[in-house]
Amino acid sequence: MRVMLDNELKSIHVDIIKMGTLIEKTIDETINALVDHDVELAQRIVEGDDRFDRMELEIESKCINVIARRQPVATDLRKLMSILKIVTDLERIADHCQDISKLTLDLAGKTYVKPLIDLPNMAKQVKNMVKMTIDCYIDEDVEKGKLICADDDIVDDYYDMIFADLENIMKENPKEVRQCMDFMMIAKYFERMADHATNIAEWVIYGVEGKHFDINE
Amino acid sequence: MSKQIITSEEYVYDVQGLNLWYGSDQALNDINMKINKNEVTAIIGPSGCGKSTFIKTLNRMIENIPIVKTSGEILYHGKNIFDKSVRVEELRTTVGMVFQKPNPFPKSIFENVVYGPKIHGIKDKQVLMEICETSLKSAALWTEVKDRLHDNAYGLSGGQQQRLCIARCLAVQPDVILMDEPTSALDPIATAKIEELINRLKSEYTIAIVTHSMQQAGRISDKTAFFLMGELIEYDGTEIIFSNPRDKRTEDYITGRFG
Repeated sequence: MRVMLDNELKSIHVDIIKMGTLIEKTIDETINALVDHDVELAQRIVEGDDRFDRMELEIESKCINVIARRQPVATDLRKLMSILKIVTDLERIADHCQDISKLTLDLAGKTYVKPLIDLPNMAKQVKNMVKMTIDCYIDEDVEKGKLICADDDIVDDYYDMIFADLENIMKENPKEVRQCMDFMMIAKYFERMADHATNIAEWVIYGVEGKHFDINE
Repeated sequence: MSKQIITSEEYVYDVQGLNLWYGSDQALNDINMKINKNEVTAIIGPSGCGKSTFIKTLNRMIENIPIVKTSGEILYHGKNIFDKSVRVEELRTTVGMVFQKPNPFPKSIFENVVYGPKIHGIKDKQVLMEICETSLKSAALWTEVKDRLHDNAYGLSGGQQQRLCIARCLAVQPDVILMDEPTSALDPIATAKIEELINRLKSEYTIAIVTHSMQQAGRISDKTAFFLMGELIEYDGTEIIFSNPRDKRTEDYITGRFG
């Protein structure tokens, strides 16, 4: 019995890693499409989002099967619950890649109001966080998880800075309000991705330690 | 006065440094645990871990085995049950027991239930009938048997027989009910009935149950004790034991890594 449970847990574990790795790659592509005005790439990202929805459904259904048939307890149960929460956050991150790419398409052909400097830096920071999150999940590394939670502040600072910049541009140049609003949304989507990465790290910590971690406590 | 003190206690049993030997083999090793009043305490552990031995020590039934020796104290409402002044028959009246296999007497349903009260000298037919009805109702068996109280108990199904044994135990108005794997010989529906019954009985009684089914412990108990090789490894709220046990050995047992 234990062997069967172990095999099923392993299979779900591998699915999460696959999904996470694919999302990391998608974040990279999202940044590249935005910076390089790459319409084709943005289009591919928008169309590719279905994959993540399917992966989420499959992982959820595997988890439900294990709970129904094996009645896991203790660490096994906590890990399954963590995975059920993590997969939702991963899927949301993928959704935001799609959201950003839709705006990239919207911005296509327009000259950006200013060179993109902070936004790509923010995006890289977010991508690093997501990458660390996947590593933290694979290694069940509680300390790394806590670092990720702390890193969320860096992303929040970027967001505040970009927000203030865009506000100034809009005041000085009301014609570019539409474009600034697009960038505002993009910054917000990246900021939300970092929040989801933080959630994932918190669920990894819960799975390992059995208690919830809150950076503010 | 002393009665009032007893009713305000939070726990019924306070086991302190209990050791038990079968001849030279030590079966229980320095057990310390309190059993809370009006709660269900589940005792789990692999075969031979001492859980049945432990529960049978709580009403000194274990002493029926002549080679048994004990040390340490079991305080029942503050009084050591091994004390010379304790009468074992009295102890077993207030601490009833239900076994793995239903063991009704080869008598009528009625006679089974009133067996204890009769031994205690109650002769009045009316009183005995009342005791029978109350006990069978408490054991959730009344509606099924009320029209055939004088039929032989052996004609009941296994699940009904087990509830009859619980009714027989309730008839002498116990304070604690010990159950040694009471559903292991029953089908899932009969098991569910006994579990519902246990849940209902705990408002009036204190229940300690030995079970091999981890799911059962999870479903019905407030606290769970994990025994391994004669030692009490972990004792905590059932939610904690099944979601985040402290001891690796508990974790390994409940997740099926050994046992």
